[in-house]
Amino acid sequence: MTALMTGTLPLPYRVVRTADETPDTAGIVLEPSGTPLPEFCPGQFAMVYAFGAGDIPLSVSAVDGHRLTLTVRSVGAVSGALRNAAAGSTVGVRGPFGTGWDVPADGDVLIVAGGIGLAPLRPVVRRVLAARERYGQVAVLIGARGPRDLLRPGETREWQEAGARVLTTVDRPAQGWSGDVGVVTMLLDRAAVAPAGTAAFVCGPEVMIRATARELVHRSVPAERIQVSLERTMHCGTGHCGHCQLGPLLLCLAGPVVPWDRARPLLSVREL
Amino acid sequence: MAVTYRAAVIDKVGLDALIRALAARGRTVIGPTVRDGAIVLAEVTGGADLPYGWGVAHEAGRYRLAPRRDGAAFAHSAGPQSWKSFLHPQRERQWSADRDADGSVVFSAESGPSPSYAFLGVRPCDLRAIAVQDRVLSGGRYPDPAYRRRRERAFVVAAECTEPGATCFCVSMDSGPAAGPGYDLALTEVIDSAGHRFLVRAGTEEGESLLGEVPSRPADTATQDAAHASVAAAADRMGRTMPQVDLQVLMRETLTAARWEDVASRCLTCGNCTMVCPTCFCTTAEDVTDLTGDHTERWRRWESCFDLEFTHLPGGPVRATGLSRYRQWATHKLGTWYDQFGSSGCVGCGRCIVWCPVGIDITEEAHALARERDGGVAAGSAPEAP
Ligand SMILES: Cc1cc2nc3c(=O)[nH]c(=O)nc-3n(C[C@H](O)[C@H](O)[C@H](O)COP(=O)(O)OP(=O)(O)OC[C@H]3O[C@@H](n4cnc5c(N)ncnc54)[C@H](O)[C@@H]3O)c2cc1C
Ligand code: SF4
Ligand code: SF4
Ligand code: FES
Repeated sequence: MTALMTGTLPLPYRVVRTADETPDTAGIVLEPSGTPLPEFCPGQFAMVYAFGAGDIPLSVSAVDGHRLTLTVRSVGAVSGALRNAAAGSTVGVRGPFGTGWDVPADGDVLIVAGGIGLAPLRPVVRRVLAARERYGQVAVLIGARGPRDLLRPGETREWQEAGARVLTTVDRPAQGWSGDVGVVTMLLDRAAVAPAGTAAFVCGPEVMIRATARELVHRSVPAERIQVSLERTMHCGTGHCGHCQLGPLLLCLAGPVVPWDRARPLLSVREL
Repeated sequence: MAVTYRAAVIDKVGLDALIRALAARGRTVIGPTVRDGAIVLAEVTGGADLPYGWGVAHEAGRYRLAPRRDGAAFAHSAGPQSWKSFLHPQRERQWSADRDADGSVVFSAESGPSPSYAFLGVRPCDLRAIAVQDRVLSGGRYPDPAYRRRRERAFVVAAECTEPGATCFCVSMDSGPAAGPGYDLALTEVIDSAGHRFLVRAGTEEGESLLGEVPSRPADTATQDAAHASVAAAADRMGRTMPQVDLQVLMRETLTAARWEDVASRCLTCGNCTMVCPTCFCTTAEDVTDLTGDHTERWRRWESCFDLEFTHLPGGPVRATGLSRYRQWATHKLGTWYDQFGSSGCVGCGRCIVWCPVGIDITEEAHALARERDGGVAAGSAPEAP
């Protein structure tokens, strides 16, 4: 048995380039220095190691062959080190871990993202828009703290041109902001999807996930067709460290993407 | 057709010879010894290291050694450690990373030699606990290579229970007092007018071949009957019981019970129960960098779900209250373990009861939860568990 198969030993990946997306968030593109990891699916995550600092779970924002694109928001020691990683430097990567998004082949698609939550949803949008003709309505609703915190505004405009209805709202507007102000759930009524035939994908802060899923159920989207991506502490990614438990689920294996009919009863218990 | 192996009877000389034969095969033999006022698992080199004549008297929050007149070696129930200290050690290096002058990094897996243990005197509950950890650490999608190596190389000599302790409830958890599968050899200690001896049954070929190397005589009916009778009697002398309900369902249905507040008001969230529990497996990752800054090591060490840091997220811990942390522990042991690993996470060894500084008793809590669910009795006013 190789250590690779076990998911415990990182493989070296070179930082090809980095790009600031917001004041605290960077996109980083990685390429294997040697042997590549198996291919990641949308919604799966990697454990990414910054030399000497530690490793953290990060979802893949794009997969092009063996190239991985990550989006890192600096909130602490490891994410700070990765956000500032220099092109040419080496990081360690383990994975692919977890259960990703189940993207249907047709029907209406509704994507709701809060803040950095857009990162794991990018590959879903790209996959759906790559076969746009197969789908009905495609809506992407994005919420951010302020206009400066919106990830890749250029790319979201491209999505619009490729046939998605993209709606954006911010909590705190700034000078020159002419878009919506308020929480992302406000945009739901303008998504123009048919509730019964919609697959919904939701990622963001947990309060936002709860509110969005509740509103969607209220609008008759079946709970099992709402997928949410949850965040818990993760050290191993392999089901051994015990940190990512949400009741019966080890989220590094059974998640991070969980259908809402499964997640709702668990999240309704305080501090489960 | 299932293979049946040999049964034999050995005496104290034979047991000593067994330890030496295991050592002669290059194994580190770990068994019960008396140390610092407790039965401690440590390396044994001969029969003289075993705790002949020592038993234990314990209760919730209390443990002390008690001399026994019969001179038994295996008449003490679970001590402060378990076999996980050897199979899933407290701290273990997983890999190291070295950075070159050009910034490239090489990751190297830990590749040291694996110890080859022989465990002597494994209780049936602990035998089950090893099987439970096997499922967690090497039975899933990502088998842990270091655990698996140690486990595959370990030789197990079980000792059936003839003297359950006041906090034992293996019968409720269906894990004892007779040894289940998984042993190479199983001993049953018999002390009567015919002398002090051990019925030995082999469970594997290697067990059988070892048994052939020590002085023994064929198993006689009297010894076999006496062994079976004392194990059967042990089953009727359990110090504790679990409520006779489906515990997985009970845990699922009582997540918001008032009883959790009651136990949380007593629990110190010290995590002792998780450290002594033979199935608790949780760990954290620790990175150590040397002075040059170019060599780092990844260590994995035990961590307890009672630590506030256990659910650290940038926005704060998920389980901030002691209530939610005790509930996580108990519901994992008795309930969600089934969902995750297909069995109970509790084997009824009683350690968590003994080593809790305030004497919290998982069986008493389960009885109280069952009463609250089934009878609507509020916490606090609940009578003591039977
Ligand atoms: C499945 C999943 C996908 C994620 N995807 C992204 C993403 O694409 N982009 C992004 O910016 N963020 C993502 N996150 C969140 C990101 O992992 C945390 O922001 C990050 O772990 C914070 O670590 P830190 O050391 O920078 O922060 P600190 O808060 O300083 O953390 C200190 C230490 O706590 C531990 N720690 C903190 N949070 C976690 C955690 N979630 N899991 C394990 N250990 C933790 C680490 O050991 C860390 O070194 C994701 C989280 C999960 C669970
Ligand atoms: S929960 Fe308590 S009784 Fe059950 S296996 Fe763990 S330590 Fe033993
Ligand atoms: S009870 Fe707590 S420490 Fe033990 S395995 Fe479960 S989560 Fe880990
Ligand atoms: S991250 Fe370690 S068990 Fe899930």
